[in-house]
Amino acid sequence: MARITAGITTSHIPAVGAALDNGRTGEDYWKPVFAGYEWVKQYEKAQKPDVVVLVYNDHASAFDMRIIPTFGIGCAEEFAIADEGWGPRPVPVVKGHPDLAWHIAQSCILDEFDMTIINEMAVDHGLTVPLSLIFGQVEEWPAKIIPLAVNVVTYPPPSGNRCWLLGEAIARAVESFPEDLNVQIWGTGGMSHQLQGPRAGLINKEWDRKFLDELTSDPQALRHKPHIEYLREAGSEGIELVMWLIMRGALGDKVKELHRHYHVPASNTAVGHIVLEPAA
Amino acid sequence: MTAPTDIHRYLEELEDIPGTRVYTAARARKGYHLNQFAMSLMKHENRERFRADEKAYLEEWPLTDAQKAAVLARDYNAMLDEGGNIYFLAKLFSTDGKSFQFAAGSMTGMTQEEYAEMMLQGGRSPEGLRSIKANEKKGAR
Repeated sequence: MARITAGITTSHIPAVGAALDNGRTGEDYWKPVFAGYEWVKQYEKAQKPDVVVLVYNDHASAFDMRIIPTFGIGCAEEFAIADEGWGPRPVPVVKGHPDLAWHIAQSCILDEFDMTIINEMAVDHGLTVPLSLIFGQVEEWPAKIIPLAVNVVTYPPPSGNRCWLLGEAIARAVESFPEDLNVQIWGTGGMSHQLQGPRAGLINKEWDRKFLDELTSDPQALRHKPHIEYLREAGSEGIELVMWLIMRGALGDKVKELHRHYHVPASNTAVGHIVLEPAA
Repeated sequence: MTAPTDIHRYLEELEDIPGTRVYTAARARKGYHLNQFAMSLMKHENRERFRADEKAYLEEWPLTDAQKAAVLARDYNAMLDEGGNIYFLAKLFSTDGKSFQFAAGSMTGMTQEEYAEMMLQGGRSPEGLRSIKANEKKGAR
């Protein structure tokens, strides 16, 4: 049987991808950002996940204003790297796992989550920057990836509770897949940041750290946090953090925190990264 | 299940954050063509045509005069007011060879250097920037 063995979250800042791709990780500005990911790279080498369900948001790359799926699941054999206006990132193509992806899509729909099934889609920095940070700069990604795209751009995004429940439904789907697979679920985006208006540049370290703590100590509080709190406390783009709750919902009641990294700033953003495992 | 959300209160609260235009349905509708114009700059040939004659390129889109003026002036706050979304407008500043940090900084009234320095010092505090209504109450006291 397939099983979810770990949940990992990370910010997915485009400038981090640019620093990696342009060989600037050794610069003083970037060193502390990347140092915090050394642990997880070793962890992943030992864990060798077969599949990652990667929760992220598209940033007007694959989707424009014509169609806005709230929850879209990528069921293709592979996903091209998006050209976001300065050429595609020089990273390996993303290979999917259509069998498991379609299984999750069917199972979630039967479980009353009306997923949008996506058979062709380019993936942008929201998905590829986490891959680079967690797997490193590799010739080929060491796991199959199931992209799960969430609308957090056009309001309203899904509620925290809905994200949590979708995580639970994904976990049930994975557990009912007959093949023996080691599956991880990643939540990406955040932490506090605002990219627009006179309030741009907002960072809230205290709130971010509490959010990281509560993933383990009080996840039920996170689940019922209203959107307006993310906006007021973590900036307009801090709303991306609702996606972390899909990851957290998939791990069950209790989790064990294995690793955490928090750093300000990377470009406009607070970098947050945490590694959790389900606890009995 | 949680209790049903009061949509009117939900939307009203989104307008209560200082210096912020939340990308609501109202803005998404207003800015539809502005955002789709920006999206068209994902294609190299469109970027070339836009660069060659910005005004002529903008004429191909059903934009309002205010939207066109905001684009030509690269006034990102005005573009947000006209229904632009920052991830779509990113195609415009990328066409100009500018970064997210440049664009974000340009909306704050700070120079690029001042903005970068603020980020290095830990960013902008949310203190006093959480609620327009709360600020007004404080001011009235």
